Amino acid sequence: MELDPLLLSRLQFAFVVSFHAIFPVFTIGLASYIAVLNGLFYKTENPAWDRLALFWTRVFAVVFGMGVVSGIVMSFQFGTNWSNFSYATANFMGPMLSYEVVTAFFLEAAFLGVLLFGRGKVPQGVHLFASIMVALGTFISSFWILSANSWMQTPAGAELIDGRFHITDWAAAIFNPSFPWRFSHKVMASFVTGGFVVAGVSAWYLLIGRDVEANRRALSMCLWLLLVLTPAQAVIGDFHGLNTLEHQPTKVAAMEGNWETQSNVPLLAAWPDQAAQENLFEIGIPSLASLILTHHADGVVPGISEAPVDEQPPVWLVFWSFRVMVGLGFLMIGVALVGLWLRRGGRVYRHRGFLQTLRVMSVTPFVAVLAGWFVTETGRAPWLVYGVMTHAEGVTPSLTGGMALFTLTGYMAVYAVVFACGLYYLTRVVRQGMLPESGDDSGEAHHAKRPFSAANARFDDDAAPTWRQ
Amino acid sequence: MESFDLSVIWALIIGFGVIMYVLMDGFDLGLGILYPFAPNEEARDVMMNSVAPVWDGNETWLVLGGAGLLGAFPLVYSVYLPALYIGVFLMLAGLIFRGIAFEFRFKSRRNRVWWNRAFCWGSAVAAFAQGAVVGAYIEGFPVEDFVFVGGALDWLTPFAVLTGISLMTGYALLGATWLILKSEGEVQRWAYRITPTLLLAVLSAFAMISFWTPLVDPAVFQRWFNHIHLIWVLPTLALACAAWLLMAVYRRQEGQPFIATLGLFIFTYLGLVASKWPVIVPPNYTIWDAASAPESQLFLLIGVLFVIPIVLAYTAWTYWVFRGKVRPGDGYH
Repeated sequence: MELDPLLLSRLQFAFVVSFHAIFPVFTIGLASYIAVLNGLFYKTENPAWDRLALFWTRVFAVVFGMGVVSGIVMSFQFGTNWSNFSYATANFMGPMLSYEVVTAFFLEAAFLGVLLFGRGKVPQGVHLFASIMVALGTFISSFWILSANSWMQTPAGAELIDGRFHITDWAAAIFNPSFPWRFSHKVMASFVTGGFVVAGVSAWYLLIGRDVEANRRALSMCLWLLLVLTPAQAVIGDFHGLNTLEHQPTKVAAMEGNWETQSNVPLLAAWPDQAAQENLFEIGIPSLASLILTHHADGVVPGISEAPVDEQPPVWLVFWSFRVMVGLGFLMIGVALVGLWLRRGGRVYRHRGFLQTLRVMSVTPFVAVLAGWFVTETGRAPWLVYGVMTHAEGVTPSLTGGMALFTLTGYMAVYAVVFACGLYYLTRVVRQGMLPESGDDSGEAHHAKRPFSAANARFDDDAAPTWRQ
Repeated sequence: MESFDLSVIWALIIGFGVIMYVLMDGFDLGLGILYPFAPNEEARDVMMNSVAPVWDGNETWLVLGGAGLLGAFPLVYSVYLPALYIGVFLMLAGLIFRGIAFEFRFKSRRNRVWWNRAFCWGSAVAAFAQGAVVGAYIEGFPVEDFVFVGGALDWLTPFAVLTGISLMTGYALLGATWLILKSEGEVQRWAYRITPTLLLAVLSAFAMISFWTPLVDPAVFQRWFNHIHLIWVLPTLALACAAWLLMAVYRRQEGQPFIATLGLFIFTYLGLVASKWPVIVPPNYTIWDAASAPESQLFLLIGVLFVIPIVLAYTAWTYWVFRGKVRPGDGYH
């Protein structure tokens, strides 16, 4: 079989970016949560908030570290596998990606150290300020990345001269048409992810009866938050979809499995068959897709066949990824509502079934985020820069299938080892729980200023375990 | 005229970033290369502890350089990375493994030997790949119409293997002299003992490269031998630094060997830059050919000029906080 460097490069990019994405999605939400906890402690002086903040800061440190490691690989991917794309778009992508790096370093240099290691050494107000700045920094970082990505989806403010984009209007390019909705949708996804992870871990602590007081507070807070955020995310997602309908109609058509342009389009489950250009079987609710997309039952929805066959995305992948995302979204809204109902008589803290459900639910936002990412990224195929440059035009010309296969398997192996270790260690940090730091912390001034050093659980248990129930 | 200025400014920034990276990550990669030769496990603790607080700050410069190249000299980014495809992967894999070893070696007991191996092999592979980049840069790249047209392993020539091994020895020398500065007792005695041998290896490697380079690239030959030139000052200063290093080790000085080695690296680097300037994608493209649009260079310059002083100040502060000797049993983990 002939190895296709283009397909392998796409798989490699999807693999490294998916692996990378789960870390920032979590840290963006978590950073804000830590800032809120520090703020509550500052205001109320209640030590429960402080214990929670300390614990989640340790988790943040490890996840942030893994995000940075996987991010280094990202900054080289554009050049190794997509050199034609890099060269053509460098005038925009270069500054955007560099500004992300600049933001991250500024953040790390100035505030991360204070957040991770300054507790008890700097005035409380300064520590609070640092945690707010770290939270703000994570937003600014994602601002640049999502602006770059949105520009590839809806290019604006640029002019193509001799095969290279030149920026004619920076504001139009940075705040391109799909950016505001994509950014809001992603930020909200981060909040929901942070909320469900914190809720899941708190639920687990309540199940084993550890640190009940602090974790009740955390759980209650998360459930209130999720009650507001999960429906809000659905509304934002709807607007994001309308925006996509305007700028990338073929993507929306693939999301709905709608082959021909028509009105009264049903919402359905189906098995799209790209070769036959139709759905193999469908079950539909009449006119629902039209209603959702145009807010009129008889609204006209564009069809996939408006685009030539070789300019269509892989419909089944877009179609089913979209359903996974939306399905999990509604599941999350449902869990938040059940949480509200169980509040009567405080059953929310005791109902073992609900607490077990929350534990499992901490994984769902990550799956939903990746599914959503697949929808938006495969849905624009074959375009790399929408309507202007295809994947095939952007790939590195000198790349062979063998080279791409070598690095794809290589990255899979490296990530498997590194992140297995990372996740394994993270579970140990969580199991160690909210115990005060052990003796290690005495050499205060001589503490390394690296993220991982903020967590001091052991990697293996040759010695006595550092935690006990 | 404006674009001329910006490209030169950016070349200076990237050039500064490269030498900062080489010097700073150089000594901590070097310690990884020396790891298997360390006298005992306690010495390894000291070695790793001496760089644990600063190594990730050192790698800041690599990431900043990578992103900066895409923004300022996209041709470099879009030719070097495809041409060095396999090498880039090996370097990243190496850096990831050694980075993770920093985090987990101290946190584990039973699995420590694996983290030792990850640290050593990761450092060695990353150093070799970086050295091979220097070789590939000197030899040049087959480029047609601004697109790399060579094969996957074209970069892995005998010359690139030589530069790869040379940089490994160079980093090991930086590591050894850093250790003289940061350690005492048995570990320091060991570092003093290996330094002259490493210096000899580095000097012979540099000599081989210096004689080989003009043969690889006639333009370099022209520049160095056609008329007596001010640039001969650079190798002379590099040799003076080597002599200074030897003297300092002989007199058992603690700080000077490291500074002398830094000097050796800086003057060799400047010699390389002087051989090639202003060509940045050899054999044909200069910094102006490789530049991005002036408005993009300017847009990015604002942010970078703002952040570089902060990163430098933070770096200086970290080194200040962790100044002084590392003793067995100190923990920075």
